[in-house]
Amino acid sequence: MNRIAGAFADKKAFIPFITAGDPNLEITEKLVPAMAEAGAALVEIGIPFSDPVAEGVVIQKADERTLKAGTTTDKIFASVKRIREKTEVPLAFTTYMNPIYTYGTERFLANCRECGIDALIVPDVPFEEKAELVPYCKQYGITLISMLASTSRERIRMIAKEAEGFLYCASSMGVNGACSENNTELKQILDVVKEEKQIPCAIGFGISTAEQAIEISEIADGVSAGSAIVKLLEEYGEFAVEPVRAFVASIVKAVAAV
Amino acid sequence: MGKIRVIAETGAGQHGVATATAAALLGMECEVFMGKEDTARQALNVFRMELLGAKVHAVTSGTQTLKDAVNETMKEWTNRIHDTHYVLGSVMGPHPFPAIVRDFQKIIGEEVKAQMLAKEGRLPDVLLACVGGGSNAMGLFYDFIEDKEVRLIGCEAAGKGVDTLENAATIANGSMGIFHGMKSYFCQDEYGQIAPVYSISAGLDYPGIGPEHANLHDIGRAEYVPVTDDEAVEAFEYLSRIEGIIPAIESAHAVAHAKKIAPALGKDKIMVINISGRGDKDVAAIARYRGVDIYE
Repeated sequence: MNRIAGAFADKKAFIPFITAGDPNLEITEKLVPAMAEAGAALVEIGIPFSDPVAEGVVIQKADERTLKAGTTTDKIFASVKRIREKTEVPLAFTTYMNPIYTYGTERFLANCRECGIDALIVPDVPFEEKAELVPYCKQYGITLISMLASTSRERIRMIAKEAEGFLYCASSMGVNGACSENNTELKQILDVVKEEKQIPCAIGFGISTAEQAIEISEIADGVSAGSAIVKLLEEYGEFAVEPVRAFVASIVKAVAAV
Repeated sequence: MGKIRVIAETGAGQHGVATATAAALLGMECEVFMGKEDTARQALNVFRMELLGAKVHAVTSGTQTLKDAVNETMKEWTNRIHDTHYVLGSVMGPHPFPAIVRDFQKIIGEEVKAQMLAKEGRLPDVLLACVGGGSNAMGLFYDFIEDKEVRLIGCEAAGKGVDTLENAATIANGSMGIFHGMKSYFCQDEYGQIAPVYSISAGLDYPGIGPEHANLHDIGRAEYVPVTDDEAVEAFEYLSRIEGIIPAIESAHAVAHAKKIAPALGKDKIMVINISGRGDKDVAAIARYRGVDIYE
């Protein structure tokens, strides 16, 4: 049974994101279980990329830091394997196509299964190109998460129809970490999705406070936050586990009341 | 399309100037993203763009060169896709950009062919062009792809040498990847992290190559050769002195390779070198390269 379905089963889901290896992989291995204990429904682990074109400057800098420190895809797989021994929280990798393709797409997905990853999020692979990933995801039982931005109704329907696990919606047109309030438009997008398919919808990109999380979870099934957490990692470094745990707990508590 | 604003990336600044010129003519807003390092080494073109009413953003992420300018332009496009069009500057990026840019650039090869047939009554033997993303080369080559007897040679930036860490020779050193919306060759490490490439030429300082060039390489239709900074600078000075033509430092890479192969070709052979840009923009940088500090 895929863990993803459970993430949205009985409550609004909170999905925190961290960049693997920031500030180092030992801390990553502590952060993920801590976030799970604090009530995270699913944890997104970013595999750093030299050119993260879907991220804002906060996560881009985290990617630079962790790559400079020597984090590699192989080290991340080993680390996730140890994380999986400590927690059953659903885990998603978020990365770009080039690290997957260059690693060998099949080998990458086989390793995902081997270390206990449940889902894969690849923002630079559009709907039209997903055949690069879908056959291997199916073969190794990894859910490929589809992403939506505000676009034409036809396109939303097309993406929703084939979406699996949950659907990721950008909260504002644009890249991670640059927030703007567009809730009416978001609600319209989610309505179109639900007409097409009953699938949980999570909204990410740019959420940093409990108030924003509440607002978003009123219209969505889940909320994610990346930059806000990565900022804590940047500020606290090796001492980030408790501040991140507290932040996650505060958002989980806020959205649980919705 | 309902777009009121255009954005573009630029390396050497030529594409930025061209986009700013068109935007000024059409009364559109124009913003150009350029690596911070390139705004310094191509300062003249920055001023040109500003003169034409464009806003130039100096990109400070990554290597602060062309690759990072593309990243930032893509981000800006996703931020404001409703009123903004991305005018991509090479035969690269996601489909259909490589085809759009090729189709606009192919006039170069069509002109070459028409003029050559008119003046010489036959096709040229060798075509040479510099290749970063590869737009001017694709423009020159495209109409000749079916003319198998015509050699097509793309000249890549080998920087301080293909065996050093400081080059941008994608075909010589790259491997297949998927980045900037295209599957092609890229300079990268075993984990798919894009390499911090280098060339004296801002326009060739890019870690990838357009996908159609990758295909011409794979099927053996075109040759791709590395040319170092030193060779390009020497050719820049040579063409200026001998012909009175100051080529862009990018185009000088093609001139350098032409000089290399010319002695073995025979006097009856015809070579065409695409001088894709003018070198005014590079004069100050070449002076600095030669240790002369001129006031730009």
